[in-house]
Amino acid sequence: MHGNGSASPRPLAIEARGLIKRFDGFTAVDGVDLSVPEGAVYGILGPNGAGKTTTLRMLLGIIDPDEGYRRVLGADRPHDVAHTIGYLPEERGLYPAMKAVDAIAFVGALRGLPLKEGRRRGRELLEQHGLGYAADRQIRQLSKGMAQQVQILGTLVHKPRLVVFDEPFSGLDAINQGKLERMMRGLAEDGTTVIFSTHVIAHAERLCDDVAIIAGGKVPFAGPVDVARDRIPAQVRLETRSGDGPWRAALPADLRRDGKSDGGAFWYFPLPETGIEPLLRALIEGEAGILSLSIERAGLHDAFVAIAGEAAARALEEESPEEMRR
Amino acid sequence: MNQGRLSVLAAAWVIARRDFVAILFSRTFFFFLLGPLFPVIVGGLAGSIGNRVDQTAAQPEVGIVMESADADAMLQARDALADRLGNGLPKFTVVRRLEPGEAYDPADAFAGRQANIAAVLSGTPSAPVLTGPGGQIHGWSGAVAMVAAQARAGELQPWPEVSFHATATSNASQRAGRLKTAQAAQMLLFLLTMMLAGMVLSNLVEEKGNKIIEVLAAAVPMDSVFYGKLFAMLAVSLVGISVWGGVGALIYLGAGSAIPQLPTPAVGWPLLIGLGVTYFAMAYLLLGAVFLSIGSMATTVREVQTLSMPVTMMQLMVFFLATFAMTQPGSAIELFSVVFPFSSPFAMLARAAQDPALWPHAAALAWQVLCVAVLVRAGSALFRKRVMKSGPARPKRKGLRGRRKVRSADVAGQSAAGV
Repeated sequence: MHGNGSASPRPLAIEARGLIKRFDGFTAVDGVDLSVPEGAVYGILGPNGAGKTTTLRMLLGIIDPDEGYRRVLGADRPHDVAHTIGYLPEERGLYPAMKAVDAIAFVGALRGLPLKEGRRRGRELLEQHGLGYAADRQIRQLSKGMAQQVQILGTLVHKPRLVVFDEPFSGLDAINQGKLERMMRGLAEDGTTVIFSTHVIAHAERLCDDVAIIAGGKVPFAGPVDVARDRIPAQVRLETRSGDGPWRAALPADLRRDGKSDGGAFWYFPLPETGIEPLLRALIEGEAGILSLSIERAGLHDAFVAIAGEAAARALEEESPEEMRR
Repeated sequence: MNQGRLSVLAAAWVIARRDFVAILFSRTFFFFLLGPLFPVIVGGLAGSIGNRVDQTAAQPEVGIVMESADADAMLQARDALADRLGNGLPKFTVVRRLEPGEAYDPADAFAGRQANIAAVLSGTPSAPVLTGPGGQIHGWSGAVAMVAAQARAGELQPWPEVSFHATATSNASQRAGRLKTAQAAQMLLFLLTMMLAGMVLSNLVEEKGNKIIEVLAAAVPMDSVFYGKLFAMLAVSLVGISVWGGVGALIYLGAGSAIPQLPTPAVGWPLLIGLGVTYFAMAYLLLGAVFLSIGSMATTVREVQTLSMPVTMMQLMVFFLATFAMTQPGSAIELFSVVFPFSSPFAMLARAAQDPALWPHAAALAWQVLCVAVLVRAGSALFRKRVMKSGPARPKRKGLRGRRKVRSADVAGQSAAGV
């Protein structure tokens, strides 16, 4: 694997090199390199079983890598900076008998925040997110989605510099997914580094500056989203009145060769390195009867397929077909 | 406002405080307080039923098959001796009075199924013959011989008067008394320890069920989680012991001399109680650390039961070892039970009841503290190594579908190599 990394001048919140983790002879993570700049929203994409959670657990010091090293917020041992990290695990859980505000304060206390201050901030956060009325309700009295929101707030109560979310959108409805996306953007704007894993590419595409694609325990790509997209050349889409007319003879030879028709009114051409102008000129001169002409850049999903392979993309779609469609 | 990184102890305190409050105000603690009542109630019921059975069940008797005069002489002699010896003699009952010269097979007396005849006495007082099951007739031979001798002698001779000169105690009675105290202390320690270790185990399993364990593991070292849970339960148990102690003291004050007194232990009562609480804490921490390690690795209650059963049986054997070792002071087996971490608290508490020396307790406590630290460290390492894995465990549990996904992910990884 290798991530080409962004040429970001920002210092790194997370730097990992050659992380390997084996369980009973099974290599769950196989040489992962990551560079997450401070203040970035960083996505880790991959299907279940790809090694996302194991990678995050190694970054957080929950488990140690068998090989390789990681540096988190400048510390070689992540627990040394645990008070500046927030973590939402994939398997959510809070004490059912605890009140929402106490649950938030308890998670803060684990990160070094005094309980009293944790309760004060907990109430404040619940109010800010429209859950003030539930502050004194026990977790078992809340809906699953509300409990999840309480846990997310617990992740943030101690004002961490780095927040790690493992599959944060699963279990949330569309409205709350939107809220969470806004919250993540807000955190990054305040300088907090946000790293999250997901198997829903749309979230990563909307939120992330950089992504790492994990498949089979390896990272075939890590870097800016735009660089991932650029792995697939952009193309020009032409809609014309005369599907296959004399205008084609006016095209430059390479475009005439590489252009593909959908059998109807649409034609697709690779975007020339010199830009769209020569194509446009030829179309006008050939009187192609242009109805529409646009440059189409690849989406992150296409990039994912190109980078991780069809199998990984299929595995991703099998896990959450509805979310993929959304 | 953020206070910075928590130390292991500070993190353990956060965990312990939450657990302590949660358990103290839960139904679990209520049942924990009621815990000692159950053995008392069960013991009382069993005793009362046993007494009733004893009363209603007929006592085995010796059937007499003799000529009439001999049979009467035996009955009179038995009654006369019973006045002096109490319940030590078996009951005699005449099964058949023989005519002079009549032949009779004593074994025939059993054929009639006369109630409770366990052996048949035939012959004469000068030559008694006892017929019956081997063990029974040998057990009664002395008593029957004594009754026969008295029957032959006729009138009961006056026995000399025994004068009494009482002393406070003897070496033998003191030793026996302290042994009894040691036994009682060990039994109490064992019951408490097992009850608490079971509670801490279910507490952790519940935690895993709530899926909060990963939140804890990400924020603080696992050592802190283990220490926090162990000490929270210890604190809960000390509250429980205080409540029981208070209730016990009230009962003692109310009942006064009606309660049987245990002999004073070698180190004295105050020190024995202090050492008892300390050894209880150590025994609980040692066993609790093992149970926590088991609990952290198990994913279901059934797994916990399967894994904890051998440990429970082992602990029972350790208890028997310590109890046996108590009767062999200074022997190799006693030394072993003192050194072996899991039996050490039991053996040392028994020692405190029997031997006034204090320095061995200081050494034993230091050794036990070290063992607790090692066990907690090993348990948390095992937890980090074996429990917090996400990838490979899933396909096994999910069956075919899960395996297919992982294979496809692997394929993706392989295909990606060419990208």
